[in-house]
Amino acid sequence: MERHVKAQVMDAAAMQRALRRIAHEILERNKGATNLVLIGIRTRGVPLARRLGEHLAQIEDYSVPMGAVDITLYRDDLRGRKSRPVHSTDIPCSLEAKHVVLVDDVLYTGRSIRAAMDALTDFGRPQSIQLAVLIDRGHRELPIRADYVGKNIPTARHEQVSVLLQEVDGRDAVTILDGESGAVE
Amino acid sequence: MNPIDFRGRDLLGIEDLTADEIRYILDAVPPFKEISERDIKKVPTLRGKTIINLFFEPSTRTRTSFEIAGKRLSADVINISVATSSVSKGETLRDTAENLHAMQADALVVRHSAAGVPHLLARFLPSPVINAGDGAHEHPTQALLDLYTLQDKLGTLAGHTVLLVGDIAASRVARSNILAMQKLDMHVCVCGPRTMLPMGIEQMGIEYTSDFDDAIQGADAVMMLRIQRERHGEVLFPSLQEYAERYCLSAERLRRAKSGVLVMHPGPMNRGVEIAPEVADGLASVILEQVTNGVAVRMALLYLLLGGN
Repeated sequence: MERHVKAQVMDAAAMQRALRRIAHEILERNKGATNLVLIGIRTRGVPLARRLGEHLAQIEDYSVPMGAVDITLYRDDLRGRKSRPVHSTDIPCSLEAKHVVLVDDVLYTGRSIRAAMDALTDFGRPQSIQLAVLIDRGHRELPIRADYVGKNIPTARHEQVSVLLQEVDGRDAVTILDGESGAVE
Repeated sequence: MNPIDFRGRDLLGIEDLTADEIRYILDAVPPFKEISERDIKKVPTLRGKTIINLFFEPSTRTRTSFEIAGKRLSADVINISVATSSVSKGETLRDTAENLHAMQADALVVRHSAAGVPHLLARFLPSPVINAGDGAHEHPTQALLDLYTLQDKLGTLAGHTVLLVGDIAASRVARSNILAMQKLDMHVCVCGPRTMLPMGIEQMGIEYTSDFDDAIQGADAVMMLRIQRERHGEVLFPSLQEYAERYCLSAERLRRAKSGVLVMHPGPMNRGVEIAPEVADGLASVILEQVTNGVAVRMALLYLLLGGN
C-alpha cells in the first residue's frame, strides 16, 4: 500500500536535541547513571538506546550497560498478522536491583511495551522499569505511559508515524504518513 | 530474505522444502536457542495450543526434544505412545487422527514404522502434521538440526563435504540429510558395505565408496549411522567385529581426517560398533550439540507452523 507523506515532524537535528534532553532527564530522575540498564525494543529501539547511551556517557562519563529485547514471541496479536521473523534478545547483565530504561521509537497502543515488560520479567526482577520513547502518538489501548518523551504528536488512527534512523534506514527523520489503516509498527 | 509464511503447513519431508525454505528455517533458529539458555526457559508464544506427540515407535531423544520444544513455547504437549493407546485395540490410523482432531489438537507430531503415515494423517487433519520419522523414508527435523549444527560450526554449508557412514539404505536420517545437503549445494559422499546401500545411489549424484580410510580424508564432517539391526531379517555383514574393523570411526581413523573435522551421530550410539567411545566423547564430536540444537530447531519449527494461527 503506497502511503503519502503528510508532514515531516522532526529532522535529524531535532531528533538529536530530543535524545540529549531525554538523557539529561534520565540522569536527573535517577540521580546519576549507576544502576541503570538501557534496553532497546527491536528494531528501532535498539539504535535509539545506543544513542542515549552515548549521550549518557558524554554527560556523566559512565558507560551504561545496553541490551535488546525482541518482543515477537510475547505479542498478543500474532494471529492474523503477517508472519514475523524472530530476532534474538540480548540482556547484558542481571536485572536485580537495576533501573531498566526501555527504549522504543513510537508509543502508540502500548501493547509492545506490555510485551517488553513481560519479556523482561522472565529475565529477573528489576528495581524499576522506565520508558523512553522518541514519539508518543496517543491512542493508548492499555494503561501504559512513557516517563520520557521526545515529542508528542497527536495523530489520527488512519495515519502512520514513520521513524527513520541512520543505522537502519540510512537517514534520520520522523514523518507522518497518510493511509487506510492505523497499522502498528 | 522476505518472510516465508509456514503457518498451517505440514512438515512431512525435506523433499517438500525448497532450498530457500530450508535456509529460512535455519536462520530462524538462533533466538530459540537463546531461550533455552535462560534461567526461565519459557516464552508465552504458543500458550493454549495443544500439540500431540503420536509415537508408534520407541523414541527417547526425538519425543523428549519435541516435548521440551513445545513446553518452552508454553504449549500443552500430550504424549501418546502406541502401546498404551487404543490402536492396540484395533483402531485405525484415520480414526485415531479424527478423534484427536475432535479434541481440537493444534498440531500432531507423528513417528511410525510405515513410510507415508504422516502423509495419510495430513490428509485427514487440517492442522499441521510434523513427521518425526516414517519408516525408512524421512526424518526431516533430524536433517534440519544436523544442517543447523554444520552451519553453526562451519560457518557456511555450500561447498563443504559430508561423509555419511553406515546403514544408509535403512536410514531415514541419511535420506533426509542427503536430500537437504544436495539442495544446499553440499558435496555428499556415502560409505558402507554394498549391502547397506540404497539402489540407484549413484544416479542421485552421490559418490559412494566402501573405503572409509580413503573417504575420510576429504570430509569436513563425518556422520556415523547406527546399524538398524531391527529392520532386517537378513544378515548384511558377517559379524559385528568385521563391520567395526572396516566401518567403525576409531581414533586412528579419525587422525586421517582433516583437522577441524566434525564428528556427528543422530543417536542412539552403539559405542564400539560404529563409533569408538573416545571419539564419541572427544574434541571433534558435536554429537551433544546436535541434541541441544534439536530442541532449538524444533522450537523454531513449531513457532513457524503454529505461531499466530
